[in-house]
Amino acid sequence: MPDVVEVRELRKRFDGGGRGGPVYAIDGVDLATEPGEYLVLLGPSGCGKTTLLRTIAGLEEPTSGEVLIGGHVVNGLPPRARKIAMVFQSYALYPHKTVLKNITFPLKAAGMSADKQQERVEWATGLLSIEHLLSRRPRQLSGGERQRVALARALVREPRVFLLDEPLSNLDAKLRATARDELKRFQDRVGTTTIYVTHDQAEAMGLGDRIAVMEAGKIRQLGHPVAIYDDPADTFVATFIGSPPMNLVRRDGQLVGFRPEHLLPIENVTGADRVTMPFHIDRVEYLSGDRHVYGTITGLGEDARVIARLPSTVSTPISPDERHEFAVPAQRLRFFDAESGQRSDPVPVGATAGPPS
Amino acid sequence: MSETAALAANTIETVSADALRRRYRRQHVAARVFVYFAAILAALLCAGPFAWSAITAFKLNRDLYNPENNPFILNEPPTGDHINLLLNGTPFLTFVWNTVWVGVLVVAITLLLGLPAAYALARLNRPWSTPMAIAIFFVYLVPPSLLFLSLSRVVAGLGLQDSTWSLVLIYPTITIPVAVWLLMGFLKAIPKDIEEQAMVDGHSRVGAFLRTVIPLAFPGIVAVVVFAFVLTTSEFIYALAFISPSDAKVVSTGVPTELVRGDVFFWQSLQAATILVAVPIAFIFNFFLERFIAGFTMGAVKG
Amino acid sequence: MTAADVTNTPAREQAAPEPARRRKQPLADRESFLAKAFLLPSILYIVVLVGVPFFLAIGFSFSDVTSGDPSFDWVGLRNYRRIFDDPVFWRSLSNTIVFTLVSMVLIVLLSKVLANILAADFRGKWVVRFCILLPWTTPVSLSTISWLWLLDNVFSPIDWVLRQIGYLGPGENMYWLGKPGLAMASVIAVHVWRLVPLAAVIVLAGLVSIPKDIDDAARVDGAGFWRRMFGITVPLTLPVIAVAGLFGAILTFTVMAVVYVLTRGGPTNSTQVLASWAYFVGIQGGDVAQGAAVALFLFPLLLAAAIAILRAVRRAETL
Repeated sequence: MPDVVEVRELRKRFDGGGRGGPVYAIDGVDLATEPGEYLVLLGPSGCGKTTLLRTIAGLEEPTSGEVLIGGHVVNGLPPRARKIAMVFQSYALYPHKTVLKNITFPLKAAGMSADKQQERVEWATGLLSIEHLLSRRPRQLSGGERQRVALARALVREPRVFLLDEPLSNLDAKLRATARDELKRFQDRVGTTTIYVTHDQAEAMGLGDRIAVMEAGKIRQLGHPVAIYDDPADTFVATFIGSPPMNLVRRDGQLVGFRPEHLLPIENVTGADRVTMPFHIDRVEYLSGDRHVYGTITGLGEDARVIARLPSTVSTPISPDERHEFAVPAQRLRFFDAESGQRSDPVPVGATAGPPS
Repeated sequence: MSETAALAANTIETVSADALRRRYRRQHVAARVFVYFAAILAALLCAGPFAWSAITAFKLNRDLYNPENNPFILNEPPTGDHINLLLNGTPFLTFVWNTVWVGVLVVAITLLLGLPAAYALARLNRPWSTPMAIAIFFVYLVPPSLLFLSLSRVVAGLGLQDSTWSLVLIYPTITIPVAVWLLMGFLKAIPKDIEEQAMVDGHSRVGAFLRTVIPLAFPGIVAVVVFAFVLTTSEFIYALAFISPSDAKVVSTGVPTELVRGDVFFWQSLQAATILVAVPIAFIFNFFLERFIAGFTMGAVKG
Repeated sequence: MTAADVTNTPAREQAAPEPARRRKQPLADRESFLAKAFLLPSILYIVVLVGVPFFLAIGFSFSDVTSGDPSFDWVGLRNYRRIFDDPVFWRSLSNTIVFTLVSMVLIVLLSKVLANILAADFRGKWVVRFCILLPWTTPVSLSTISWLWLLDNVFSPIDWVLRQIGYLGPGENMYWLGKPGLAMASVIAVHVWRLVPLAAVIVLAGLVSIPKDIDDAARVDGAGFWRRMFGITVPLTLPVIAVAGLFGAILTFTVMAVVYVLTRGGPTNSTQVLASWAYFVGIQGGDVAQGAAVALFLFPLLLAAAIAILRAVRRAETL
């Protein structure tokens, strides 16, 4: 039964580097993984995701709060006592050792017999198809190969948890897609609980069973990708996830949000419950078959610059400097408090709502 | 079962997490204690003689020349006589002044010649770059103790015998090779884009070098300056061989010859001189040590 | 002035538009010219002030030049034959080798330990570093003179401490610089004391340049202190340690000041090394030619050391 990682009221303070006092890299985080799940920590640089990962690994000690692995509190234990494995952004392969020695290093450290080592190595390298690389050195490997070696090194220890720190960011874009696929299949096969850190929201949405969106040391929302996408908990999550980001319009002390793909020309939105708004179009971009329409809408709330994403199935002619009536299905609207950014209850918005009073 | 195997087995499954935590805590504390102990021991061994020097500088003769007395404390009241002797009775201040201006000039020459040379070898890829760098390195290995004999002839031939200027002329031969080698390391770490940007912006190669490379290499340059200065102040053989008259001497040779008359050593004044010279230099070097190390490691980027 | 300032500085010279490649680039841009121009002054300086004296020294060793009679007369291998017949020379040579080997081993070991201490984080690091730097940053003559007293036959404070703890009887002394074997040990000790700080700084640079990721990975992989030290840290810093060690070897091999000040080569030449013997013969004795011949013996061994350093540096760069 794969292990569960839990974090309770975790705080990590770094004493400030001269610029006005201590900084809380992790500011009260509670988190529990499901057994065997692929959990993604997503957020912009500096949000604390890497610090959280390192704290779980034991490379940093928390200022307060607890870390639990498999139900045991592991505070105060060094990484090697936690039975975890980590893959770093740079892969951190030992440059002076061959691939084989890199992979057997943790096994030697654990005092494993040579036979068992052999067994494990064969299993891990077979799983990752790197048997042919065993006598090479890291500097002779490509980015993708290095990643697989790093994974093999992590795998051989049969850890309870895999911790991955942005392992795809050093690969070039084309390689990233295939690497992503390989990673997911790898984790499916092995079944170990995995915590994965990234700043790339597309990667997170593609890989994660659940996503924890982090900002400024706190978790903004934890949930399945679909839930995060469709029901963001606040404006930060709403605009961080999704490309292009959710449109937000100020209205009566609130922010009304809707995703670009739900903003379509009025002809293409059927159904009684739709909200219409005049759209003054600035320009149109053609991207992978979709049309991204940039412009300003009026009539819903304050005038706002928005983006509409028209799929190729919508062929309504749209040209710049036009005024065209657009609409959003009412159940696709999301409402947020303008002050706090938090999600609030839906408010009826009339089909022909006038400017705010 | 080996220690590591035992430890590995003693993970959170087999031993209670609390017991494990206690053991690691103890190890951690023991390690810290050891580090402090070792650090203090090292500091004492290195600086001990200087602490002794500082005290001795103030000792009365009858305090010092008594083998029974504790050498590390003042058994009699302190006296400033010896320091007075040093500062007013010997050309010590002249020596210091000589050392300083020689040092400054030598460092200037070193940078003037060495920085472009390092740049040429690090950046401007010529087929003969590597052999040339090696050749410069080899020169460093021809030591003063080998050259001083013939150099004293050369110096005499140039009419610089007994002149402090002879040092200004000769010392760069010691400092330039090392400076070039160090600077090459620093310069290699500077990304080429920045110079290329400057050239795109309209500067010539030389202009790019002056405007972009030098400011970026500044920490490295500072480190080389300090290092070269220390080498210069410490040099002994050439100073001894080339210069006889007192007024022209530097600290390194002047202090021993002035304060050691035949068999008579003016110990207290000597110690005062040692402290007066050693402390500022070490202070400055320590200050720049951070930069110095950063310079060495600038080339070591992740992965 | 920061990098940002530099790249934002508006270009004061506007380059003329680049036409066909035929047009001669201005001097300030021609790389081959620049490379030579930048390098030439240093090369010239070194050739004139090192190369020439070096060959001059070789020349002297085959001559009869003395400070009394500076006329140059070729005498062939006479000086070298005299050297081989001189027992002091052989003593100096063996002393030099012993001195260098022992010092090198001590310097490499101690500098590694010291570098680890310097790299560790603890309070008062600045003070400790300051103390550790003192031996090397002090002019060699001054620090060595201090040791002259510290190792004195009558007044040595070390003897005083030994007397206090009972190791020595009242009025007893160690004669650190008076007994032949002990004198050599003392000279080695002082020399090592001087050089370890420098070596430690160089090794520290190597230590610090190991990416933190690698150390973290080793921790996660389950490696304890000793395994990390010998499996990761030492192999990765070995090139730097080699460089520090060999620099140390060269500086040791040519040591002259420490011997000169502490023992003048005595007692009875038991601490005489090649460099100091060359000085005594050449300058104090006035026999320039003879001194040159003695000093030249340093060279072949230095050459071997140099080649070894180069190999180490090459390996350091390709890692």
